[in-house]
Order: sequence, then C-alpha cells, then structure tokens
Amino acid sequence: MRPPPADSDALRAQRRILELRARLNETIRRFFRERGFLEVDTPVVLPANAPEANIDAVPAGAGWFRTSPELAMKRLLAAGCEKIFQLGPVARAGERGRWHHPEFTLLEWYRAHAGYLEILADAKALLACVAQELRGATDFVWQGKPVSFAQELWEKAAVSQAFIQHAGWDPAHKFDPDRFDLDLVTRVEPALPADRPVVLIDYPAPLAALARRKPDDPARAERWELYLGGVELANAYSELTDPAEQRARFIEANAQRAKRGEKPYPLDETFLAALAQMPPSGGIALGVDRLLMILADADSLDGVLPFRNG
Amino acid sequence: MSYTAADLRKGLKIELEGIPYEVTDFEFVKPGKGQAMYKCRIKNMLIGSTMDKTFRAVDKIDQPNIESKTMAFSYKEGDKYVFMDNKTYEQVELHEDVVGDQRFFLLEDLECEVLFFNHRAMSVTLPSFVIKEIKETEPGARGNTATNVLKPAKIDTGYEVGVPIFINQGDFIRIDTRTGKYVERVKLG
Repeated sequence: MRPPPADSDALRAQRRILELRARLNETIRRFFRERGFLEVDTPVVLPANAPEANIDAVPAGAGWFRTSPELAMKRLLAAGCEKIFQLGPVARAGERGRWHHPEFTLLEWYRAHAGYLEILADAKALLACVAQELRGATDFVWQGKPVSFAQELWEKAAVSQAFIQHAGWDPAHKFDPDRFDLDLVTRVEPALPADRPVVLIDYPAPLAALARRKPDDPARAERWELYLGGVELANAYSELTDPAEQRARFIEANAQRAKRGEKPYPLDETFLAALAQMPPSGGIALGVDRLLMILADADSLDGVLPFRNG
Repeated sequence: MSYTAADLRKGLKIELEGIPYEVTDFEFVKPGKGQAMYKCRIKNMLIGSTMDKTFRAVDKIDQPNIESKTMAFSYKEGDKYVFMDNKTYEQVELHEDVVGDQRFFLLEDLECEVLFFNHRAMSVTLPSFVIKEIKETEPGARGNTATNVLKPAKIDTGYEVGVPIFINQGDFIRIDTRTGKYVERVKLG
C-alpha cells in the first residue's frame, strides 16, 4: 500500500481548526440573523476597488480580486438594505507575516441610520458571543496570557490622546504619515493593554479613508480600530456619504501611490454615483482569521490557515 | 550597495550610521491603512549589544563591507590578541573584550575566522571544538566511567571546566568553544 501523501497528514492535523472555524462562522451568522441583519454575497472579482495608498490589489482577469467588499455593500445600503453583513475572502498583494496572509477572510457589517458608536456596541456583543461559544466564557487564555472579551472591560482611547501620551505629539494637529505609522507600531501599539479589547478612536482626518469627518471637529474622522494584545482586529467608520469628498480622497490616495512609483487604480463610478443615495451609516471590517487565531489559542495566522500561501 | 526592507531576514548583516549590525529577529507589520514595515531586532557586531529597529518598506539599508579571513592565533600581548595570515604574514590585533570567553580556548597556530569591517578586524570565531590539556584536577577514580558526575579541572589558560571523574591531569579533552563545555576525552598520538 502506498503511504498517504504528506499533504493529507498535514490537513488531517488541522481538523480541530476546521471545526473551530466552522463554529465561528455559524456563531457569527446566528448573531447577525438574530439581530435582523441580511447576509449578502457580493462579487469577488471587481473592475475597481477603493484606491488606498497602502493597499495593493491582486490582479484577476480584466480587474482585481476585492481588497474588501465595502463598495458593493454600500451600493446595497444606497439601494435600501438597512442592516447587512458579509463573511468572505479578500486578497491583498504582498502582505505576509505573523499576522498577515495575502488571502484572508473579512467580516463586514453595516447599519443604515447609525454611526461608528452603534457599530462599537455590535462589536462588543459579537466578541462576547463568539468567546462564549468557542471558549465557554468571555475570559480565556491566549498563548499563556489571560484575555477577556467581557463587554464591560473594553477600553477606549482617542488616537490624539494615545499619541500625546506614548509618542509625544498630536497627529491630528500636524499630520506626518511616516511618523504616524512608525510611532503607531513602535510606541503606541506596544503600550496598549494586552488583556482586553482596546479601541483607538477618532483618527486624524488624513487617515479617514472612507470615514466621515467629525461634524464638530473636522481635523478628526469618525473611525476606530480595535486591538487585542497588539493584534489589530477591526476597523470601523461612520461612513462618508459625500460623493465629491470621496472622489477627492480616492484621487489623493492615487496621488500617494504615484509618488511611490505605484500604479493608480481606476475609480468605481457606479459606487460614487450610488453614494449620493446612501443614508448615513456605520460600517466595519473585522479580520476573521485573526479572531480565530486568538480564540483557537494559536500564535500566528499560520496556526489557523490549513491552506497557506507562501 | 544597499538593501531594501524586503531583503531583511534573520542573519542579514546591515550597516546603520557606520556601524555593522546583524538582524537577529524580524517581523512584517502593517497597521490598518498604514504602510508595510519590518520590526527588527539587530545586534551591534562591534560591541555585541542588541536593539530594536523598525524599517519602512521604502527604506534603503546600507550593506556593510564585511570580509572573512582564516588567520592563525599567534600570541597575546597585554589585552591584545594577535592573529596572523600564514600566507601573507599580515597581522591583526583584537582586544580581549572582542575575543570574549573564546580567549580561554585559543592555542598557538589555531586557525580562526576573523571578520573585517571596512578592512579593519572586527571579531573572531574559533573552530567549534578545540583540544586542551588538563593542567590541574583531583586524581581520577580508576574505573569510574560515569559521565554525569563532574569535577572541576583547569586548562592552561586558567579556565575551569567540569570534567568526568575519570579524567586525570595530563589528559587531553575536547571542548566546545561555543558553550565552554567538556565534550570527550581525546587520546593523542
């Protein structure tokens, strides 16, 4: 008899991970179904993604794999869908590391007539729910250290405050993109509490991407990022609904790409036209593989990806 | 010559502000909408200290001019150790601090790898194993071949090494220069 190929052995060893992922997916779907969200599926290959200065798309046919399902989901918001979610694959070129894989699973959900704080309440309830389901409690151990997804333990820190405290400057006052990224990973992120979810909130306007500026403070945008133990888990916005401002930001992102010698991306005119119809909304993208990594007590994404690439 | 951040990997030797470093650890990071970066731990090859350094994907990193040459240990003078290229008779000196604990295992004519940074001798690496004579130890118990019980013994440089009970003064032993530990007894001749 021929021995089974090594690949089969390797995959068989991933049985526990396959089961955990299936349970996580089921839990996420039940969570949103119970709250009246509609699950949607939007195309994986697109003629245009949202241009972003630091996100490279993977070419596919005449277009690209989606870097996020965001634009299509916003067209659904504009079409009158008020609460929608999607769980599916996205791809980003060149991202490979302990917490990066070029193909990964994003969970995105959107609420019409709501903003980033309503999305924050959803996120708190969701994380408590998945921890309860997969670990039997909101408090559990990740890589030998206690962590808690208990809703009352979440911490919130304004980006400006965190930077003033840990890096000595306010990025909303005089923005410097290079210094921001470097200080974020070397000074701010390492200083965040590691045992509970931490939300960095209200980003400098130049980092708004697809978020609206704060009505009473245009130097800052209504955007938050969720961290757990140094791992960035999610990015949420009060969505920008002004087509002219959105177009200007896409053009600016392309200009930054061009400055680095990278190709600009085409603009999605269907999306930009639909944006005028979109109600004020809140939305979020959450990295499902990273969440699974923490819940499965894995050290890196490699531990929860049976089919690795590179 | 220069590297880009994408070339970074464990073991890569780089130059920063005129100092050669070796990358001992690195991790790809990319905050949310931010740029790709490489968080590295780097070791100063001149003094051995380590530090953290984060490079952006767009950073250019200098490649240090490092050469390696096989040279024989010649003699010690004060706190300097002199090595010689047996073909060209070129001599270089290395300070005791740079040679470190390896100095205990040097033997005359022992061939070592000397690293040069910008043509100046920077460090030396001994062969992994050297043979040394036991100069001083309690007499061995004949027939006791246990290797798990150790007693202290001194070699010519005054270095004290744990050896099995059966080792006697005048015996030759193999020592691992990386750990400073006894490996085995050696019969010479």
